[in-house]
Amino acid sequence: MYPKQECIAMLLAGGQGSRLYALTKRIAKPAVPFGGKYRIIDFPLSNCVNSGIDTVGVLTQYQPLVLNDYLGNGQPWDLDTMYGGVHALPPYQGTHGADWYKGTANAIYQNIPFIERYNPDYVVILSGDHIYKMDYSEMLAFHKSHKAACTIAAYQVPMEEASRFGILNCREDGSIYEFDEKPKVPKSNNASMGIYIFSWDKLRKYLEMDEANPESSNDFGKDVLPAMLNAGEKMVAWKFEGYWKDVGTIDSLWEANMDLLDPNDPLDMSDPSWRIFTRNPIMPPHYVGKNADCQNSLVTEGCIVNGKLEFSILFEGVQVETGAKVTESIIMPGAKVMEGAVVQFAIVAENAVIGPGAVVGERPEQMENRDDWGIAVIGGGVKVGANAVVKAKAMVEEDIPEVTK
Amino acid sequence: MRGNNVVGIIFSNMHDDTMQQVTNIRTFGSVPFGGRYRTIDFPLSNMVNSGVNKVGVITKSNYQSLMDHLGSGKAWDLSRKSEGLFILPPFGNGNQMYNNRIEALDGISSFLKNCKEEFVILADCDMICNLDFKKVLDSHLDTNADITIVYKNSEMPADLSEPVVLELNGQDKVTDIVVGSKKGEKATWSMGIYVMRKAFLQKTIAEAVSRNRSNFVRDILQRGVLENKIYGYRFEGYVGTLDSMQSYFKVNMDLMNMEVLKDLFNPMRPIYTKERDEMPTRYGLGSVVTNSIIADGCVIEGEVENCVLFRGVHVGKGSKLANCIIMQDTVIGENTVLTYLVSDKDVTFSDGKAMIGTESYPIYVSKGSVV
Repeated sequence: MYPKQECIAMLLAGGQGSRLYALTKRIAKPAVPFGGKYRIIDFPLSNCVNSGIDTVGVLTQYQPLVLNDYLGNGQPWDLDTMYGGVHALPPYQGTHGADWYKGTANAIYQNIPFIERYNPDYVVILSGDHIYKMDYSEMLAFHKSHKAACTIAAYQVPMEEASRFGILNCREDGSIYEFDEKPKVPKSNNASMGIYIFSWDKLRKYLEMDEANPESSNDFGKDVLPAMLNAGEKMVAWKFEGYWKDVGTIDSLWEANMDLLDPNDPLDMSDPSWRIFTRNPIMPPHYVGKNADCQNSLVTEGCIVNGKLEFSILFEGVQVETGAKVTESIIMPGAKVMEGAVVQFAIVAENAVIGPGAVVGERPEQMENRDDWGIAVIGGGVKVGANAVVKAKAMVEEDIPEVTK
Repeated sequence: MRGNNVVGIIFSNMHDDTMQQVTNIRTFGSVPFGGRYRTIDFPLSNMVNSGVNKVGVITKSNYQSLMDHLGSGKAWDLSRKSEGLFILPPFGNGNQMYNNRIEALDGISSFLKNCKEEFVILADCDMICNLDFKKVLDSHLDTNADITIVYKNSEMPADLSEPVVLELNGQDKVTDIVVGSKKGEKATWSMGIYVMRKAFLQKTIAEAVSRNRSNFVRDILQRGVLENKIYGYRFEGYVGTLDSMQSYFKVNMDLMNMEVLKDLFNPMRPIYTKERDEMPTRYGLGSVVTNSIIADGCVIEGEVENCVLFRGVHVGKGSKLANCIIMQDTVIGENTVLTYLVSDKDVTFSDGKAMIGTESYPIYVSKGSVV
């Protein structure tokens, strides 16, 4: 028998994140490193803990090894509690056979027994691909005061970009009368952030109805939410103000990292009242050598910097050797940039090695045709040989041989 | 694993008087070191990495900061159902506080009695090193010694508070023990780290107490040279000895030597410490940082050269720091110049100040000061 929890969170972490290509070849998107020492999932998990939610189910499916390892018993987020805590919930086999999670709604449906043992009044549904700090308890208070069946967090996007988002059209009291998925002519700029709070009795009812409907694709956005709206349930939009970024693509992941280098960083991860917790590496402080030069960069523990950094982020244990230059790039844990190499406008994944004199990425102003420009990506563990050249927008998943000069 | 048959005993207060400025408000074991550590992290991690999963920490006074640091022992994997971390405050003899190592060990006799482990490691917090106790224990068993003393064959540090020189025969058997510093000379000097059978320790301590003997080196080691088998274990790695503010300064600075850094923080035997969940360090535009050890959570906009910055230090624009050790959460305003200075935690330096120490006499600024 578990003590009752008023509100628990379910975090959808099973997606492949195929638009991150090489970065999610062996790990699920929520486990992708972010911001020098974090992984994407640290943000929703820390938000839960800081909002007073200490029971979190993490729905895993694609490449769960690293993610499961990373979550462990939840201790880094103070989630190693007696009854709640963090639980990895993979698809499972039952007496009626086994199913993969068919969609986001089906993933929650399959875990109704997990939710029911806490007998919650409310369930927060989160996704593992956004960078933001949000107090879910404020959203919950809004949900309660509006006596809603479902509250959806909404972000004000610029009107000209609204047609790229799922738009929530609301009445004056905040209640939603229409979902408008990627509208050609948007009526408002309230974009859905994919963060929902449901009253559990309502959600349960609609999940069961959705499961019984063979036509359904078992997706929250496409099926469950429209079904609730059509049935006349009260659904409201809660306007979120603050920094929020979807990091589902290479460009947006790079941009969100670069946003941290703004001296007036809108995310402010150093705020002691809203810490972003993470599984800390066990490494000594970083060393900056005699010939090093670090300009507007983030550097963390275990790094050894002897080269030049500009507008870059180094994760734990990264080495930048003498004469190497890293500009506007993200170097993930354990990677090495060897003597005289240049890394610019690039993401170098975990444990990759950039050989001496190699050049990775190109500056936008170097391009003949600006449309060919993009962030170069070196996949995890890939070795780029000495003096090799990697073009802008390249996605390198295999070792590149040395080039003799 | 053999390590499970060993209990570690750490003396957190020994040598307190050698660095009074930083130990005034804390025990020796909780003196901040190397950007993100406390000195006790080294013996504790060494024990844990050698498979020891029961450690008693002997404390005496001012051990609040130590308890805050150690917590449940989770950071060292010592928060366990069976065994784990034991903090051993002063105990016994009415209100008397122990004065020496023998009395301290006598004070934990009931703890020792209840230990089912066969072997004991004794260590202080003044030796900064990465030591594999498994090898010390192997050597202890090979030689069938009563006591194994870890020693170093090198130039003897000048200010050791317990200077003990071992004379050894070719098999590393100790033939004589001489107290007194061979300053600056090459010598086989004791690191004050001992391995012995628990039963032997209990018997020896009980005997010393009943005969009113109080000096561990004189009454147990020197007296025992003839009647007991005392062997040395030669440690080849880096060791930094903390025994004065000058050596504290020097050992911190040693971390900028790549060989020292790699030896001390061997990734196969990591040094653990309490986590703070700070964000990575931010280097501002125009910052100039060279040859420095820097922990997470710093914001650096000025110039930093040959410094150790602990977690959460802020260095404002136009400020110049050279040869400084700046402990946690110290904030340095703009256009301030600091040279050869040790700043304790939470110090605030306002704009436009200058404080210049020298290598032989670094300035010390106490915890929480406002300059």
